[in-house]
Order: sequence, then structure tokens, then C-alpha cells
Amino acid sequence: MRHLLSTADLDHGAAVHLLDVAEDMSDVATREVRKLPTLRGRTVVNLFYEDSTRTRISFEAAAKRLSADVINFAAKGSSVSKGESLKDTVQTLAAMGADGIVLRHPASGAAKVLADSGWVDASVVNAGDGTHEHPTQALLDAFTMRRRVHGAASRGRDLDGLRVLVVGDVLHSRVARSNAWLLRTLGASVTVVAPPTLLPVDVSRLGVDVAYDLDEAIADVRPDVVMMLRIQQERMHEAFFPNAREYARVWGLGSARFRALPETAIVMHPGPMNRGLEIGDEAADSPRSTVRDQVAHGVSVRMAVLYLTLTGDREDAR
Amino acid sequence: MSTRTVLSQADIARALTRISHEVLESNKGPERLVVLGVPTRGVVLAERLAASLSSISGVDVPVGSLDVTMYRDDIRRHPTRTPQPTSLPPGGIDDAVVVLVDDVLYSGRTIRAALDALGDHGRPRAVRLAVLVDRGHRELPIRADFVGKNLPTSTSERIFVRLHGVDDDELVAIEGGVAS
Repeated sequence: MRHLLSTADLDHGAAVHLLDVAEDMSDVATREVRKLPTLRGRTVVNLFYEDSTRTRISFEAAAKRLSADVINFAAKGSSVSKGESLKDTVQTLAAMGADGIVLRHPASGAAKVLADSGWVDASVVNAGDGTHEHPTQALLDAFTMRRRVHGAASRGRDLDGLRVLVVGDVLHSRVARSNAWLLRTLGASVTVVAPPTLLPVDVSRLGVDVAYDLDEAIADVRPDVVMMLRIQQERMHEAFFPNAREYARVWGLGSARFRALPETAIVMHPGPMNRGLEIGDEAADSPRSTVRDQVAHGVSVRMAVLYLTLTGDREDAR
Repeated sequence: MSTRTVLSQADIARALTRISHEVLESNKGPERLVVLGVPTRGVVLAERLAASLSSISGVDVPVGSLDVTMYRDDIRRHPTRTPQPTSLPPGGIDDAVVVLVDDVLYSGRTIRAALDALGDHGRPRAVRLAVLVDRGHRELPIRADFVGKNLPTSTSERIFVRLHGVDDDELVAIEGGVAS
């Protein structure tokens, strides 16, 4: 695997393989020395054109656990604010010897442009491009679901038959898009629930079922997993719903709705949570909430991605 | 391409029994022994060796597997390898006498990687190496303590180890090289 740009590029075998490698990586966290020498002498650049704490820290922890050198580059307060282009920035970084570039960019498709450009030789990992994709988040969500379903016997398994509800701001959510593709590849069925104003026009192309009423969807689908998406206030320049209180009442996972879920259903959230808006305290703090598991698994999954993209003979990996 | 069998299933069983006795003799008993196999076939051999050690000594000898993929020095030369699970016995390896088990000892690079991996899991009192076949051509100052069979080979030959549990049949064979 040379780059990781989209979960749509992963077939069933590649996705399961990646999750299996992540299982081995997660074992490292329980050892006496929590570090592998695998990427010693290689350099990973975290190139972040958008604010992000958890994704950047997670990639940084993953790279460091594999002994890679990490350079963090935040566009704010850098040469980018003086007008430097993406091309010039990455070529500068490549000249410093970057082997892998982890790119977060507000423009959809930025990672693909960089990977196809020939500007640099480095492997490109998409850490979120606009409202398009966030593949490592989808992979860690799938990893978390697989762990909850299959436990220690997760290796080699997929998510066949799992029923997943994805609730909230699908329109702006790269997490929802990456998840829809990956979960379908892994055999799960996905239903998105959102106000019509927060659904993309081409929602049918995601290969998911669509519902507009959360209570009905919970009763009809009997979900194994409920994934609450963050209301991305920073991307909302129009009125997509009347006000926050109405959104919380109709599409939020408050106490009553949380209790109406099947008893084994788990609650996921990519973070950071808007408590009281899309998710209530009872759901967020319940043992069935996987929010902290998702963070821990994020490091393992990103280790697997960095391992698979940065090792191996380049000619063979293509 | 000529292929000839050098160890039969019975030969492999006898070699493992002999190695068990040698391990117990050099360790003066089964105390603190931990047997760790290097995936894939080293794990099968390690399980058999541990079972043999347990039945001879009457004491349960813990067994596990130690993956070395992430410690190899050829990570950038080959297609990406898939790591295998590492599972250590519950007691860990601190102050244990670890017997590493692999099927073929060749360049010694796998064992070099295994020694590095071992150091990240704890501090054994001693590390011994048991291999089914030693084919020579070492590239590092590493030797085996217990050897099933020494097989002088040329580098153009290939050694096949097939074991029940991983493969359909069980034998050690040499392929290629100059026909004798």
C-alpha cells in the first residue's frame, strides 16, 4: 500500500488485513517497552492545514511508537499564511527528507492531488480532506466495532450483519462518508438519520439507507451500533436547523432515547462531543459508550497505516 | 530441480525428543524454562518441545510465540510483511531461561531480530536457541545451543520444512543446487 487516501480504495481483504495489523499494534501498548524499532530513521510529517488536536496527536503517538521522527507542521503561523502553495510547502518538506506526509486540508480531494501530483516521493495519508473523507477515523471505528463484537477473536473477521445507525450532520461529515464505504465493504448495513438539510444531495450513492426520524429508525433498525456525528458549527454558515434545542430534542441522543436502544447497542462518537447537543451525558458517560476506546484504538490503527504505507519495497507496494 | 528428503516425520520427532533432554540437562531441570517459538513454524515446534519437556520432567513448561516482523533489518527491501501475533505466557519472561525455537537457522538475522524483540518484553536470565535445522552461512555472530540436524548446504539450495499443524505433510527437504 503506497498511500491511504480513501476507504473506497480498500477492498474487503485489504481492510481486514489492515485491521489485523492494527490488532498486533495494539498489543504493543501492553508491553514493557511500548515502542517498536520498525520506522527508525524515517520521517513522518504531520501537515495540518486545519485545526485538529486528537487526530494530530494520535498520528504523532503512532509514528513515535514505531520510532519514526515526527515533524509537526501547522499552517497557522507558518509560511502558508504568507501565501505559500501546497506544492511549494510539500517540496520544502520533502527536501528535508520526509518519507510520509499525513495531510489534513480544508479542500476536498487535497490528499489525492498531492498523491497523484508527482511533486514528492513520500507516501500520503489522508487525515481529513474538507468534507470528503477521513479514512483513519473510519478504520478505527470499524476496529472498535469489531473488538466489541468479536473480542479477542477479532483477527480475520469482518462486520457481517452488523446494523449501524449514523446520526446527524452527514452533509459536512467526512467521517460519515468514509464510514459508509468501509462499513459496506466489511458487510455491515448502514442507515443514516438526519434532517434533510444535513444530507448530501447524492446520498443514495453512499449505498446506505436513509431515515429522517431517529425514534422510528431505532425501533425499525434495532441497531447494534449508534454513531453520533458532531454538529460542525464551524462549517455551518447557513441555518440547517431552527436552533440547537430543537436539534437536541429531535436528533440528539438524550437519556430517554438512549434507554430505548437495544441493551447491547454501543454508542460511538468521533469527538469532540458537543454535550447536550447531539449527545447527552447519560449516553456519553455510559459503559456502552466507546468514545475513549476509539481514541486508544486510533493510535493502533494509525500505526498499522504508517507501517503498511512506509515499509516494503516501493515498487512492490504500488 | 531435484528435491530430496533429509528428515522424515519420525526423524523430526526423535530430534525434538533429544533436544528436550539436552535442554533439561543444560538447565539442570525444568525450573524457570519458557519456550518461545518464532512464527510460523517455530511456534509449532515450540509447542511440541514444551509438551515434550513437560512430559519428561513432570512440570508444566510455559510456551508462547514471539513475532519478530517489526524488528527485521530487511523491512525496506521486501514487500511489506504481515506481523504475526506475539503471545507470552502469563508469567512473562523476566528472570526466565528463554528457549527460542525456530525451524531453520541460516543467516542469523531472524534470531538477531528475536533478541531485540525479547528485550522489549522483559529481561530474561538467559536466552538459548533451539533449531530443527542449521544450514550454515551465518552472517552474524550467532549460534544455536540445540540443533536437530546440521545440514551443510549451498546458498543456491532451498530448505523446506513442513509440519503438521501448518502444512499437510511433515518433512524437511532440500531443493535445487548441484544434483549429487
